[in-house]
Amino acid sequence: MSLHLATRNGTPATSDVQRKSPLAIRGLTVSYGQKPAVFSVDMTVVRGSMTAIIGPNGAGKSTLLKAALGILKPLAGMTTVFGDPVSGARDRIAYVPQRASVDWDFPTRVIDVVLMGLYPKLGLLGRVRKTHREQAMACLERVGMQDFASRQIGQLSGGQQQRVFLARALVQDADLYLLDEPFAGVDAATEKAIIIVLKSLRDAGKTVVAVHHDLSTVTEYFDHVFMINTRRIAEGTVEDAFTSENLQHTYGGRLGVAQTEQLSGTLG
Amino acid sequence: MITDALLLQLGYNASLVTLGAILLGMAAGVGGTFLFLRKRALVSDAISHATLPGVALAFIVMVGLGGDGRSLVGLLAGAAGSAALGLLIVSWLSTRTRLAEDAAIGAVLSVFFGLGVVLLTVIQSMRSGQQAGLEGFLLGSTAGMLRSDAVIIAVSAALTLALVLLLRRPLTLASFDPGFATATGQNTARTDLAMMGIVLAVTVVGLKIVGLILIVALLIIPPVTARFWTERTDRVVLISGLLGGLSAYIGAALSAALPDLPTGPIIVLVGFAIFMISLILAPRRGVLAAWVHHRAFQKSVHLRQGLLALAQGQPIYEPLTLRLLRREGWALPDGVATDEGRGRAARALLDETRWQIIRRDPSFEAAAAHYDGLTPIERVLTPDQIAEVDTRLPSARMVAP
Repeated sequence: MSLHLATRNGTPATSDVQRKSPLAIRGLTVSYGQKPAVFSVDMTVVRGSMTAIIGPNGAGKSTLLKAALGILKPLAGMTTVFGDPVSGARDRIAYVPQRASVDWDFPTRVIDVVLMGLYPKLGLLGRVRKTHREQAMACLERVGMQDFASRQIGQLSGGQQQRVFLARALVQDADLYLLDEPFAGVDAATEKAIIIVLKSLRDAGKTVVAVHHDLSTVTEYFDHVFMINTRRIAEGTVEDAFTSENLQHTYGGRLGVAQTEQLSGTLG
Repeated sequence: MITDALLLQLGYNASLVTLGAILLGMAAGVGGTFLFLRKRALVSDAISHATLPGVALAFIVMVGLGGDGRSLVGLLAGAAGSAALGLLIVSWLSTRTRLAEDAAIGAVLSVFFGLGVVLLTVIQSMRSGQQAGLEGFLLGSTAGMLRSDAVIIAVSAALTLALVLLLRRPLTLASFDPGFATATGQNTARTDLAMMGIVLAVTVVGLKIVGLILIVALLIIPPVTARFWTERTDRVVLISGLLGGLSAYIGAALSAALPDLPTGPIIVLVGFAIFMISLILAPRRGVLAAWVHHRAFQKSVHLRQGLLALAQGQPIYEPLTLRLLRREGWALPDGVATDEGRGRAARALLDETRWQIIRRDPSFEAAAAHYDGLTPIERVLTPDQIAEVDTRLPSARMVAP
């Protein structure tokens, strides 16, 4: 806490890494009613990393992302994106909300949803041109959904819906990708397709942050991990932070000791 | 008579009313679409009922200032003011207190309406009040509509249409995925405010023609009807506007031809008739299409089950299954398969067995997800893949040494 007080007074207390971080959160507190869902959380995402936000149900994983983006109003705290306030860096962020957060019977087609990712660039009156459609189609191809472009979104399976959301984020051509539970309720083929796309983003120098719930795939999919249970528990590379001790601390009695050792042991 | 009315041949006043109604219907259909897509249709009910005290107060003030109190602009300004206040209270109650929006709507709607009725009674007792004709704002009253009134309605309706066109992208995004909209930097609270502003404008403008009780129907019925015919947001907006205009046109013409019929309620009933036709006949979302689709699906399920039973020599108990098999010529009345039936049954069993094999094999997970008991496996797997699956058929294993 003293850290961001110092910053506010003009003393450069933050390190270079923090200033240039794609996503730096300081002292973030969000509360529904009287009970804080996220309490005084600091987070510094490493540039070019693939970071999993993990924690038990109700630990504030999604809330953290939403508050950082301004979708929820935090009680306290500040967020910077590549050193700028979020409001000045919107065009560098692509956000993939939870699939269940929208009504899939909405009258719109797959291609229209992807084009929504271009709305900020199109402005109010800019026409959707052929190049825009081609961009959208190219993104659908990256997630293997090009054959579904003119389907109504309600006719898609859960995994297909998730891929469409990912395609909408891809067309935004951002530097920071924030995904809320991208693997929740999707089939294995979709999970594989999504992880390939995310890794290609990282290889292209982008930063990927995803709320993740499947502990068994953390070491395989991600290189950094952020562990939260209302408060920040641990943060760092998967090797350093994804330890049996930290898992125990994050999940408490929900995970047996043997389980946590097995999970962190997959590091070899 | 009715053709005369439709062709605007029934005189100056009737033509004014019809043209005004058409523009209003279009503006309401377009403006109501996003309210419907945002699932906040009922807010319009609160807005419309909240106009009444404003109308009454505006009349009292205008009379107090020495005017005759019946200036439409003045009355509508009053309506807009009290409707905006009602809207603010609804949004304050539902965001800042524990009250849900439906409860807030109910409370605001009835209190404002009650206050309006009291004020109307007060006006009745005023000397200049008897001729005020403010009750006309309840159900609309087109008799004696002036050219200036029609112009006001036309201009406001045109402005509303232009505003929706300008804001179609933010409105679409805020309706479909407000979280994503916010993440891209869109101020969704301001978008909602604009949407409510549009609805408020349509409501106020519509008071003269359809009245505050029925304006809700003009805002909600056209988009709901349009949704039956398309899967695209821009087309819902377009069709809804057209249907709104069409209902108003037919409704206004009908009531001009048959002078005893009130304009507003007739417009609403015409809109409802179009809704009913759509509900039944719409190609994919309509009741009839759903029924036909269901029957076809039921038939293929019964045939498939019947064939599998025949192939495995099991008796068929269900009369419907047997009847369908007989109609296809695949079974005899006593449940014994015909030659063609035996061939079909063998193929159905082979298909089902192949499906069961790939459903047990994780490497086929993506293909196996298409299993619904009806889709032939040839539509999902390539001939090479099927040949590979066939090496694992029980009969293949029996043949192998």
